[in-house]
Amino acid sequence: MPADLLVSDRPEILHINLGPQHPSTHGVLRVELLLDGEIVVKAMPIIGYLHTGIEKMFEHRTYLHNVTMTDRMDYLNPLGNNLAYALSVEQLFGCDIPPRAQIGRVLLAELTRINSHLVWTGTTALDLGANSVFLYTFREREQLLDLFEELSGARMMTSFIRPGGLAKDLPLPWLDNVARFLDMLPSRVDDYESLLTDNPLFKERTIGIGQLTAEAALDLGVSGPMLRASGVDFDLRRANPYSSYDKFEFQVPVRTGGDCYDRYKVRIAELRESINLCRQALNLLPPGDFRPSDRKVVPPPREELGSSMEAVIHHFKLYTEGLRPPAGEAYVGVESPRGELGFFIVSDGSGKPIRCHERAPSFANLQALPIMAQGGLVADLIAIIASIDPILGEVDR
Amino acid sequence: MSSPLVEQPATRPAAAPVRAVNSSTRELPATLRRLKGNGFTRFVDLTAVDYPELPERFELNYMLYSMATREWCRVKAWTAGKAPTVSDVFAGANAFEREVYDMYGVDFEGHPQLRRILMPDDWVGHPLRRDEPLGGEEVEFSAG
Repeated sequence: MPADLLVSDRPEILHINLGPQHPSTHGVLRVELLLDGEIVVKAMPIIGYLHTGIEKMFEHRTYLHNVTMTDRMDYLNPLGNNLAYALSVEQLFGCDIPPRAQIGRVLLAELTRINSHLVWTGTTALDLGANSVFLYTFREREQLLDLFEELSGARMMTSFIRPGGLAKDLPLPWLDNVARFLDMLPSRVDDYESLLTDNPLFKERTIGIGQLTAEAALDLGVSGPMLRASGVDFDLRRANPYSSYDKFEFQVPVRTGGDCYDRYKVRIAELRESINLCRQALNLLPPGDFRPSDRKVVPPPREELGSSMEAVIHHFKLYTEGLRPPAGEAYVGVESPRGELGFFIVSDGSGKPIRCHERAPSFANLQALPIMAQGGLVADLIAIIASIDPILGEVDR
Repeated sequence: MSSPLVEQPATRPAAAPVRAVNSSTRELPATLRRLKGNGFTRFVDLTAVDYPELPERFELNYMLYSMATREWCRVKAWTAGKAPTVSDVFAGANAFEREVYDMYGVDFEGHPQLRRILMPDDWVGHPLRRDEPLGGEEVEFSAG
């Protein structure tokens, strides 16, 4: 296969690679460019540098093992990936999840959305030369990671949301710490905005850059903040509520410009909405079980093992064979910080899926790059890549 | 008497089963074009499932989403290794078809640039076929 995809017969056209080892490409994204001076004639993203065969490994591990791999796909949204995977497996089982687990899942998913948007705000500002914002957002993100560590023992790859509920109950002191964090965060978001929103340099670099129309976005399968910045009012949390999102009140920020600045505004507004959602979740969190009593999904408690033969059998089956969902296929789309995320799982009734495909939002969103970059400057390409918010872990899987 | 307003369903639970449509492989572009005309305007996903024991071993799964009725639609087609491209119906299918070609070796006829997308260009084989071994290195544990 030819390495060079883009060819031009005009001798003044320069053919160069941007990436894959460039910090502004947010991972190992390589972009092949045809340049006429500073103008991008054509841009083509080349992916696959982070391909680790996760979808193949899914077919060789049990349903519970696979949770740990979903963490590593979108490493800024591990709990959101856990949630999407858990919902699909639960759709296969058809089991009911207790309210405490559902609301707790919303809390955790929104905290990771805050985490993801904080990283995005910081790195995007860094790409455009505003170094200080990066330090501030990472200061807050650090506190968030400390919260995850306090809860689960892991800072990023928590695997806390599992098929059948949560790994353990949400402890009260931790909920207090989350509330304190949420009280602190809005004024910090004001700080970021005071550095970026009306900053003439930032506006110069983003307004009108990387235009994407609503029709093109829908046709390309673009979703998430990119789609909402192009004027499409669409959010799966409201359109197809999962995990009790229908009990929450929240706004879906929509902008119509379709440029990098609007994508920034949408994400900052979402950051504030997520704080609001987390607060509601803390108020709504009911007492009760954090996992269902279905013994086909959740192992029996230790004390039952001494008195119940059935509990011993369930315990043995779950720990030797793992979860065994009935044959069938499942897909539940959830709103990740980057768009529609879903796991398409096909089960044949055994302990391992015969197919588990992740519909990765960044994979589809990246297809919009050639359209947005064409005719712009190379410097604008950096802003455009940043505004897509690609996570190469889920693009390449 | 005034006619009732047509109420669009504002929400629909995510866990509701996805509507599935079967299509013959040859008619895939026509089927997807018809669905696009019926409101399924957002291209969501394309993937394949491999059943190596069947003569038409690859089950192609297209996912579309209707912005008006808030529902997904899955289109299924079976093939032994060839299918027409739908990248001219939905531009978003381009990268997904390349991925299915890369992982399963399904040849999408008429695709503008059907080449590997995730694996290296000189890779031999199609890793997600179920008769491809998992690979990887054995970890050696010492007894003492």
